[in-house]
Amino acid sequence: MSRLTVPKTYKLYIGGKFPRSESGRTYEVTTPAGEFVANAALASRKDARDAVVAARAAVSGWAGATAYNRGQVIYRIAELLEGRRAQFIDEISRTEGVTAAAASAQVDAAIDVWVWYAGWADKYAQVVGNGNPVSGPYFNLSVPEPTGVVGAIAPQARVGTSLLGLAAVVAPIIVSGNTVVVVPSQSAPLSAISLAEVLATSDVPGGVINVLTGSPAEMAPWLASHADVNALDLAGAGDIDWVELQLSAAETLKRVLTPVNGVPAPALERITAFTETKTVWHTKSMR
Amino acid sequence: MSFLEYAPAPESTAILNLKSEYGLFIDGEFVDGSGEVFDTISPATEEVIARIAHADASDVDRAVAAARRAYDGTWSRMSGSDRGKYLFRIARLVQERSRELAVAESLDNGKPIRETRDVDVPLVAAWFFYYAGWADKLEYAGLGPNPRSLGVAAQVIPWNFPLLMLAWKIAPALAAGNTVVIKPAETTSLTAMLFAEILQQAELPAGVVNIVTGPGPTGQALVTHGDVNKVAFTGSTGVGRMIARQVAGTSKKLTLELGGKAANIVFDDAAIDQAVEGIVNGIFFNQGHVCCAGSRLLVQENVHDEVVDRLKHRLSTLRLGDPLDKNTDIGAINSAAQLERIRTLSDTGENEGAERWQLDCTVPDKGFWFRPTIFTRVSAAHTIAREEIFGPVLSVLTFRTPDEAIAKANNTPYGLSAGIWTEKASRMLAVADRLKAGVVWANTFNKFDPASPFGGYKESGYGREGGRQGLGAYLESAGWEAPAAIMESAESASSAPAKRGGRAKTTKKAVAK
Amino acid sequence: MTIDHPVALAPAERAVRLLGGDLTEKALALHLDGLAGVDAVGLEQRAAGLATRSIKTSSKAWALDTIIRTCDLTTLEGADTPGKVRSLVAKAVTPDASDPTTPRVAAVCVYGDMVPYAVEALGSVHGDPDAGLVSVAAVATAFPSGRASLDIKLADTREAVAAGADEIDMVIDRGAFLSGRYGLVFDQIVAVKEACRRDDGTYAHLKVILETGELTTYDNVKRASWLAILAGADFIKTSTGKVSPAATLPVTLLMLEVIRDWHRLTAEKVGMKPAGGIRSSKDAVRYLVTVAETVGEEWLTPHLWRFGASSLVNDVLLQRQKLRTGHYSGPDYVTVD
Repeated sequence: MSRLTVPKTYKLYIGGKFPRSESGRTYEVTTPAGEFVANAALASRKDARDAVVAARAAVSGWAGATAYNRGQVIYRIAELLEGRRAQFIDEISRTEGVTAAAASAQVDAAIDVWVWYAGWADKYAQVVGNGNPVSGPYFNLSVPEPTGVVGAIAPQARVGTSLLGLAAVVAPIIVSGNTVVVVPSQSAPLSAISLAEVLATSDVPGGVINVLTGSPAEMAPWLASHADVNALDLAGAGDIDWVELQLSAAETLKRVLTPVNGVPAPALERITAFTETKTVWHTKSMR
Repeated sequence: MSFLEYAPAPESTAILNLKSEYGLFIDGEFVDGSGEVFDTISPATEEVIARIAHADASDVDRAVAAARRAYDGTWSRMSGSDRGKYLFRIARLVQERSRELAVAESLDNGKPIRETRDVDVPLVAAWFFYYAGWADKLEYAGLGPNPRSLGVAAQVIPWNFPLLMLAWKIAPALAAGNTVVIKPAETTSLTAMLFAEILQQAELPAGVVNIVTGPGPTGQALVTHGDVNKVAFTGSTGVGRMIARQVAGTSKKLTLELGGKAANIVFDDAAIDQAVEGIVNGIFFNQGHVCCAGSRLLVQENVHDEVVDRLKHRLSTLRLGDPLDKNTDIGAINSAAQLERIRTLSDTGENEGAERWQLDCTVPDKGFWFRPTIFTRVSAAHTIAREEIFGPVLSVLTFRTPDEAIAKANNTPYGLSAGIWTEKASRMLAVADRLKAGVVWANTFNKFDPASPFGGYKESGYGREGGRQGLGAYLESAGWEAPAAIMESAESASSAPAKRGGRAKTTKKAVAK
Repeated sequence: MTIDHPVALAPAERAVRLLGGDLTEKALALHLDGLAGVDAVGLEQRAAGLATRSIKTSSKAWALDTIIRTCDLTTLEGADTPGKVRSLVAKAVTPDASDPTTPRVAAVCVYGDMVPYAVEALGSVHGDPDAGLVSVAAVATAFPSGRASLDIKLADTREAVAAGADEIDMVIDRGAFLSGRYGLVFDQIVAVKEACRRDDGTYAHLKVILETGELTTYDNVKRASWLAILAGADFIKTSTGKVSPAATLPVTLLMLEVIRDWHRLTAEKVGMKPAGGIRSSKDAVRYLVTVAETVGEEWLTPHLWRFGASSLVNDVLLQRQKLRTGHYSGPDYVTVD
């Protein structure tokens, strides 16, 4: 007789905890063939509201950590993912309907994305910041600072993006000290919640990354219009009315990254898009 | 026993699993050296810790050949992200074995366990973490879109921060795509040997890092070796000069991190208690065996007496003794030779008319020890105001105005570091502007970070270690191919063929990926 | 604008000695504002360095006993009752019934209206902690906020003294301090000190609480420390324990540096009390180290050093039990108060 399994319940990840949607709703996650895999929480606008509150609360601690510390924490995410490859390969191959080899390649790529961005934490400021040779007896220094809370729509394609797309969007946002509320792939959300389990057991403080599984079409407008969200990454919003989102974001002058095809490539610009440059002057005098 | 005497709090050496004898680390293996094996001792007890192999010229040749093979065959072909992953592994292993490394370093070098535990070893791990992240981002290093590694790097390091100096050399070199042959100092090879074990645990490809232990001539053989592309040296200005002469006329790139005689400038509006801490930290941390030590206190004359008074009072709770006691502040002098040098220079100080004050504390019978010493009434003309003593000896000079402070601070062939203590930001920034020093610490001292470039002006050397600038020592921009139109017109204008851009090279390079 | 006539201050003896005969608020302000600044990063690093001292074996045993011996065992709750105070006193007198070698605490610290119950419960054990007896310290002056008229604060003080309090822990007017009215803060301390005078001409000891958590900057703490000492404080104290952050090692180090400087200047010894937030023996030992290495170990005695704490004593008892028995102990083996 074969062993009876203990199927996992997939919930949201907000403020370091795993609540169900306050709406009580779920939706079915299936294989491409339509076979039931699991019920995932269907996030509501109130979940989005709670997630933004949690993300805001986490900003001062995360932005206030040393760059070295953030780099270490993000590197540890990669370490833990590496240790749990098998779990992710299994989930990805079932939900995306791909071979174990393809799933494995995606997991490798996702881990490498985390490692690449981890290495930027204590360096990007050296590349994009600088002293400025102003004309006058002044010390003048420009440094990048995190913008705050970022709302993000991860790539939505069923195949090839459930873990990798999430990493490619979330890692560059948090490296500089921002916190994020992210809507992962709707059809393949399980890796996102499993990743959240990795985050909960790593050293990432609660609230730095918040995962709202469900419908980007339903969630994105609430994030775009939210006055306490500073920026919007619409990487995976290509198939919804993203122009409307950009218009909505304009009300509060959010910084917006428009949609990309597929998975956004690792780039320094994805870090700096969510930073503000602060320039400080100070007088200099011997007298 | 009074409370302040503190009961012994010894760190156990049980964590160590030392061999009685270590070989050279060449091509991924420990091998015998051809020279005569020598002892490494604990400077606190003069007891032998282990026997160390002695690399002669033929061993150095083998090591360079191994580094060259590894460069050509493996390391230069490897992606930057893979190089980075090896460096991340090394960083993690250092963290995992940090207590063991801290104990071994304290034992072999003589510095307090509290320093190796809280400063040296954490910085070692941080250095590898930092440069691991650069390995696949070299196009952002400031050397153009396709910077190239140099090839084989020959590195010679000193005894004052053995493992940390090793990290400062190896991490950026490897991140940039070079392979390495490194020679630790004769009196402090132990942690390099443990590091070699870590490299084996990290499964670093054989030959990427080679460690040749031995005395001065081993280092000489290494830096003069014909198949080396880069030389990096940290040590005395005297030896640095010699090496600079030896690479002249060759295509070897050279960086030097040499001595210093830093001025620690205390203005009358300084936060005085913190300034006193900064002075103490500046010259007595690591027994003063620091190239960037604040060995000259330049104190504004109107607060001289108060500062010196508070300083002496502060020294009264410094604890000198067994480096492995967790409460020890001042450890042993690294060697008998160094102790002799410190004594000689201190005697000179007294003979030339400076006033000597020495901390009254007991000193163990065995080992090499020097009590923290302050010389007051020191003038710029005195030997102890100019020569690097490299020991726990502070020279106190005065100044009246900021201009005078700067003139005195800069009045030295050295230019490694300086300290500024004032609560007035505009003055701090203006003074920092004028100091001819590669590192300026304001309202702090002896702070190191892998993200922060370190290196000197003038005879303190050239090149920087740490930060983005630190990569510059191990990379070069890709050569410039002049457009054909320019080359044609040059050739037709003269009969000689035009020279192309780029340095004359003797060995192959690879594009750093 | 015209030059105002300088406001005279109440003549406190130390201030007159340091600042001169016609003591004015202006002279006081010039002195306080002229003090050397404090670099916070440097101060905190020095405190962190002191916290790395490793206190073992015999040093640890002595330290644990000293912590208990210099503790002001405290209850300052709205819900305090005579029964609660009696229970606290019993604990103060016999911290660990299973080990008669355990020293007594230095004092119990209660609200002024609870003083009579504390005095009665102590009975013959009531007395000088330097002699192994237990004192009664009372908070006064509209503790913890200090927001009341001077008359009310003085009445508060007098009642506690009359009821038998040996020590008064007063709060300074932080609003006045932060708005630059140093003279007001100064005069209040002088008046409260006078209110500590008993009919027989002796004085209850005065501890002046700065409430460092509200002063926030180290420069402010340094100025307030000097001000309190000049006004006649016997002890300077960090906090009420009702505001966070309460006592920290860096702030205590800073206040000890002021005490050290006053001692260098006058050979007088002022006491120090960190209060609130010190819960573990490990932390408390760090404070002892800081005292010893800043002002000297002669300060580690009840008439110059106190911990304001409640749960600290039990953690120290657990550590004592471990030293005695060789194994780790647990909450069931120490008594509640």
